[in-house]
Amino acid sequence: MPEPSWAERTLAVRYAGCVAYPEATDLQTDLVERRRSGQITDTLLLLEHPHVITLGSSGDDRHVLLTRSELAAREVAVHEAGRGGDVTYHGPGQLVGYPILDLKPDRKDLHLYLRCLEEVLLRVLGSFHLSGSRDDSATGVWVGGAKVAAIGIRVSSGWITSHGFALNANTDLTYFDAIVPCGLSGRPVTSLSRLLDRNVTAQEAAPMVVDAMRGVFGYGSVDDSGAANSK
Amino acid sequence: MRCSPDPPEVLRRAHPARQQRVRPAVSRIEVPMPQMGESIAEGTVSKWLKAPGDAVDRDEPILEISTDKVDAEIPSPSAGVLAEILVPEGETVEVGTVVAYIEEGAGAGAAPGADGKSSRSGGERAMASPPLDTPPEPPPSAEPVAHRASADEAPADPECTATSEERLRTRSTPVVRRIAQEAGVDIARVPGTGHQGRVTKQDILSFIESEMAERAAAAVAAPQPAAPAVAPPARVAAAAASAPAPVAPPAAPSRVPATTAPSDLWTRFHREVEHPSFPVRDGDRVETMDKVRRLTAEHMVLAKRISSHVHSVIEIDFSAVDRIRREKKARWAERGARVSYTAFVAWACSRILRDFPTVNGVISGKNIIYRGSVNIGMAVDLNPGLIVPVIHDADDLSLVGTARRIVDLATRAKSRDLAPSEIQGATFTITNPGVLGTMVGMPIIPKGTSAILGTGSIDKRVVVITDEATGQDSIVIRKRSFFSLGYDHRLVDGADSARFLSQLKELLQDFPEDA
Repeated sequence: MPEPSWAERTLAVRYAGCVAYPEATDLQTDLVERRRSGQITDTLLLLEHPHVITLGSSGDDRHVLLTRSELAAREVAVHEAGRGGDVTYHGPGQLVGYPILDLKPDRKDLHLYLRCLEEVLLRVLGSFHLSGSRDDSATGVWVGGAKVAAIGIRVSSGWITSHGFALNANTDLTYFDAIVPCGLSGRPVTSLSRLLDRNVTAQEAAPMVVDAMRGVFGYGSVDDSGAANSK
Repeated sequence: MRCSPDPPEVLRRAHPARQQRVRPAVSRIEVPMPQMGESIAEGTVSKWLKAPGDAVDRDEPILEISTDKVDAEIPSPSAGVLAEILVPEGETVEVGTVVAYIEEGAGAGAAPGADGKSSRSGGERAMASPPLDTPPEPPPSAEPVAHRASADEAPADPECTATSEERLRTRSTPVVRRIAQEAGVDIARVPGTGHQGRVTKQDILSFIESEMAERAAAAVAAPQPAAPAVAPPARVAAAAASAPAPVAPPAAPSRVPATTAPSDLWTRFHREVEHPSFPVRDGDRVETMDKVRRLTAEHMVLAKRISSHVHSVIEIDFSAVDRIRREKKARWAERGARVSYTAFVAWACSRILRDFPTVNGVISGKNIIYRGSVNIGMAVDLNPGLIVPVIHDADDLSLVGTARRIVDLATRAKSRDLAPSEIQGATFTITNPGVLGTMVGMPIIPKGTSAILGTGSIDKRVVVITDEATGQDSIVIRKRSFFSLGYDHRLVDGADSARFLSQLKELLQDFPEDA
């Protein structure tokens, strides 16, 4: 059965609360399988991670600047992630979005998909009256030269996406000092809270992410009853 | 346009399997590096999920690839047996490159019979080859396309605009653009060898390597002979890395060197540099080396590995030079010339280097090259970094001419305005650690030469001199300096070095008035 057009699709939103990285990976694997078999519709998984450093497929161990024991002392876990990109940090105060989408039939272009996710994040910044920008040479979303959101994705057999983006809301940015984010040295990171000079929580940013996902991808409706599942 | 579900041109061309559809028996299906996006020109095989000989179902993931920021599973286009892997893990290939063969059909093992889908004709299966697509594509309907257009109201999406700049941009991947940006290279200058003239990662790396090698060579005063005697280290490393890839099937034995002969080890020792890592402590700052620093670091290690370094030091009295400088300073100034101590030293070296062909030569393989000209490299501190512009045919210049050339080269070195030829071809190098107060230095001999002179600070010292006429000793104050000569002991004997330094000392202490 051909996929319905995007306007006929519903984006289901699942708020999963604070989820450890390995569990979130398992959850994504499960959702990808169910999306592929058509048991669920396109789903946006929104969550936060406990302190964790993840290495993408182009991850260079040298971009993790602390030893494993130093990281353990700060309760920072390290995981290899099945996504593209280099090293990044996730932690409390960072809104992580994992869209599990079927890109068939008309969005089967991974760069287009990356650009769409960037567009989502730019719109979120816009709703905070911030003006973000892309960097043609580095995927992600930037404000004034500092990275506010990182992107790294995976596409599984059948053009089902997983992994996604991480938007710093009120992230403790000092944790980024432990890494060279995305392998780009000399590129600072920032957060919504720092940019707006007030405390912006991940919860506050979440509805804007959902709205922007709907707008950019053109979903006809959003089912956020998954909010009830929030821990 | 970009949303068309038609398989891209490259995929269609990459599937001769279409022509095999009526073949009844065993057929080989190519698995190409799929087109994962319009602007994606290449992909890296990150992991093989199946080994040669494994049975695979149609659509079962058989490998993972990665491109910039994206990981993707590639499913088998067909049920059968993974017959051959052509591209090992870690290797990056262009879109459309065949990465493996699947054998399907009667002889292909259990998989086809076990799968209901496989009862369909082989032709149908082979036809569904756009590798990521499970079902055959529905005909393109206008609706989703139109809808997508309206969904992307924001004009900010750069991929949706098709300016000429954008088209140029799509000649390369983001990785390539990032590399180009970091290196300050205009991609338009890089010849693209990839699909439709795209600039591949290899293209940009080779381009930067050749450019940076020039600059780095200059930075350490390495006067590379015209022949590219030394392969770019990165490429050697890449070749070495791909050769012993454990997943490489017997299909590609030609890549694996049969033996590692001692000469190979020697070659690698002189061409490859690995810097060990060290733990980072609290409060440390860690930065990735920029390319100039990295190549300089490699060059310094190689230079030190290659030459058998020995240093000799001599003390030189600058009274004569000092007196001439004072006397002629005003006259030189009128002519617009500033004659530094360095100019005196460079001029003096250029006079005597012809008398020391080994100091002005180099060991090259089994030969000794005695250089036909005297080209003096002058290390210039850029703070940070250093560069070594070259005074070509220094022995043709007068003292003032040498001084003018030095000022000109140093000025343009600092404004990064030197032509490549002006940082190449040195036969001898002078470095001046003394300018910052160092008493004496033990410099590294630049690769491709046999000697480097380090000039120490010129300081007033209390010395004992003997009156030649009366034979009477007296204590006087003199401006003096320690000069060190770093020389390659393979070619330059200790006595040669001593004679060179003595002659230099003599010339500087009894400096000709008409220089």
